Amino acid sequence: MDILRIATAGSVDDGKSTLIGRLLYETKSITKDKIEALEAASKRKGLDFLDLSLLTDGLIAEREQGITIDVAHIYFSTPKRKYIIADTPGHFEYTRNMVTGASNTKVSMILIDARNGVLEQTYRHFFIASTLRIPKVVVCVNKMDLVGYSEERFNEIKASVEELASKVSFEGQEITFIPMSSLYGQNLSTKSDEMPWYKGLPLLEELEQFHPETAVGASHSARFPVQFVVRPKTEEFHDYRGYAGKIASGEFAVGDTVTVLPTGQSTKIATIEKFGQKLETAGPKESVVITLETDVDVSRGNMLVKSDDQPAQLKEINAKVCWLDSQALTSGRNYILQHGINDSKAKVVSLNKKYDVVNHDVIADFSELKLNEIAEVTIKTAKPIFADKYEDNPSNGAFILIDEFSHSTVGVGFVL
Amino acid sequence: MSNVSIEKDVEVASEAQPKWGVFPRELEDEAIYIIREVAAQFERPALLFSGGKDSITLVRLAQKAFYPGKIPFPLVHIDTGHNFPETVEFRDWLANEVGADLIVRYVQDSINQGKVKEETGKYASRNALQTVTLLDTIEEFKFDACIGGARRDEEKARAKERIFSVRDDFGQWDAKRQRPELFDMLNGRISIGENVRVFPISNWTELDVWNYIKEEKMAIPSIYYSHKRQVIERDGMLWADSEYLNKDADEIPFEATVRFRTVGDMTCTAAVSSEAVELDDIIGEILAAEISERGARIDDKRSEAAMEKRKQQGYF
Repeated sequence: MDILRIATAGSVDDGKSTLIGRLLYETKSITKDKIEALEAASKRKGLDFLDLSLLTDGLIAEREQGITIDVAHIYFSTPKRKYIIADTPGHFEYTRNMVTGASNTKVSMILIDARNGVLEQTYRHFFIASTLRIPKVVVCVNKMDLVGYSEERFNEIKASVEELASKVSFEGQEITFIPMSSLYGQNLSTKSDEMPWYKGLPLLEELEQFHPETAVGASHSARFPVQFVVRPKTEEFHDYRGYAGKIASGEFAVGDTVTVLPTGQSTKIATIEKFGQKLETAGPKESVVITLETDVDVSRGNMLVKSDDQPAQLKEINAKVCWLDSQALTSGRNYILQHGINDSKAKVVSLNKKYDVVNHDVIADFSELKLNEIAEVTIKTAKPIFADKYEDNPSNGAFILIDEFSHSTVGVGFVL
Repeated sequence: MSNVSIEKDVEVASEAQPKWGVFPRELEDEAIYIIREVAAQFERPALLFSGGKDSITLVRLAQKAFYPGKIPFPLVHIDTGHNFPETVEFRDWLANEVGADLIVRYVQDSINQGKVKEETGKYASRNALQTVTLLDTIEEFKFDACIGGARRDEEKARAKERIFSVRDDFGQWDAKRQRPELFDMLNGRISIGENVRVFPISNWTELDVWNYIKEEKMAIPSIYYSHKRQVIERDGMLWADSEYLNKDADEIPFEATVRFRTVGDMTCTAAVSSEAVELDDIIGEILAAEISERGARIDDKRSEAAMEKRKQQGYF
């Protein structure tokens, strides 16, 4: 059974929480006691309808303010697959959460209130979806009930979103538009009877027929970051040395010639194991233990790659960075750069250009990168980083920046 | 073993099953990756073991993560003294079976030391008290990371929890100060005094756990299966009768055929009427259930923010 991870983004009050609540409701993923709790809570708030947003706004502060503050993870299943929704706040201050929530996902659902149409936010959402190279974007034009289910209004919004998207979307990115009313369940799991003019699929079917493994962005370059060296030192496994890790991308097979980075030593794969079970091959996202034919020096943070397809060993990285911390990034400051499970001391040596997502512009001259801002920067590292360009291989092309003193994760970068 | 049947041989049904009866293997790969990161990034990790199905799943995952090596950290149980005897018996058996060190600390000791006060009244429970014992245990052993079996689908405050959840000196969770987690990169760097709670099965649902237990043919405590037990009825739920439960005069115990869907203390976990004797029966019940798993946790019902408030205090 596979999993599809989705990020949702929208602005305040465009009905995102209601949409998710409705999806859970229509796929029978919420139980009677939760609905009862919801009825009671809705009543306490003086509402005469079921406030499905109360399902997702889990924190006291969120319920008080009636807005989503933090990324929430929501789960539902259909007979076909499991879905994980990263529900990210649409409030303009929280770009940080949007990038975070969307980082693991293959589908971005962007909500637009049919009355308001395109907002400043909409461009930001597309910009982030493209920065993360999310292969599929579903634009949910919501609250169609409030514009009389008008086809003209839908087409108008679609045209203006398409114009915006054309500025940032990349080749192969699928963009789909669905008119809907999450409050009345129009075009969620079943086709709307109010909008016969819409010939596409309702939302759930649109998601069901999407296959991320064949979408744009999947890389065949084999990358295996070594997490942990397994050395049991028991009688039975006296000389056993296995390298445990999760395959970042591509596929490995027994007998493949591999190179260890950074040492450059080459050898062959002797076994690929999972809890003692021997496999012939293993693919992306699988956690395995690999043993090698010859005794070469391998430790945590090293990477096994196929010898004929190696990533660059970078000590100077050009990257697009999104800043996640209230203390701004400044040139010349030291951070810890973590790429996968490998890390190094790092210094930002130049700030190259900043994206102005409000005016759709770039700024060449700037001295710091503030919370929620995105820029291209150059970073030097003390140790080599074995990264691919993010656009070639997203699974091996991103890194985080960590503050040396607070230990907080303060930035995320995409290798250019 | 005693009359308690701990191990159940599970036959995996051979006929084609609908997909919701299949465990998504990606979740196992993800959890193993997280557990390996804990062993690599921390000096003194521990696995918080309650004897419930989620922590049993964690033990299985840890076993797989390091095989053929042993689990490189101890199992830690905070024993409230109100645990089901079947759970405690199972705990000892499992620790021995996987060859892991087991550390047990007692809430009763914290009570004796005057650090916490026993609750009174008919809803009295030691659930909230165990936080103090847990924090003391973390301090005693200088644990820098504690692996727990919490899942995001259990409760809405937990839906906001990180995989690596940094806690301050007092074990407190601050929802607004959480670190962003991007892709699968886990940042376990902490300052002195801080520690991290780690939740490898964050993305699993209750059904995923049961499907995994079934596919892995894992042993679970017998109380998860249907059995006869003395219970009382209170607030529309069945409560296991025990010496720890404060009963009103009109709450007369009677025998019922029940099982437990979630296993906490005897004083704060309700039973459900059930005839489920096989894992398939349990899975069928969950699919049909109208009450969510934590709906049987009386401790969560204290208020809408009960879980968030307990997490702020250091609960995991």
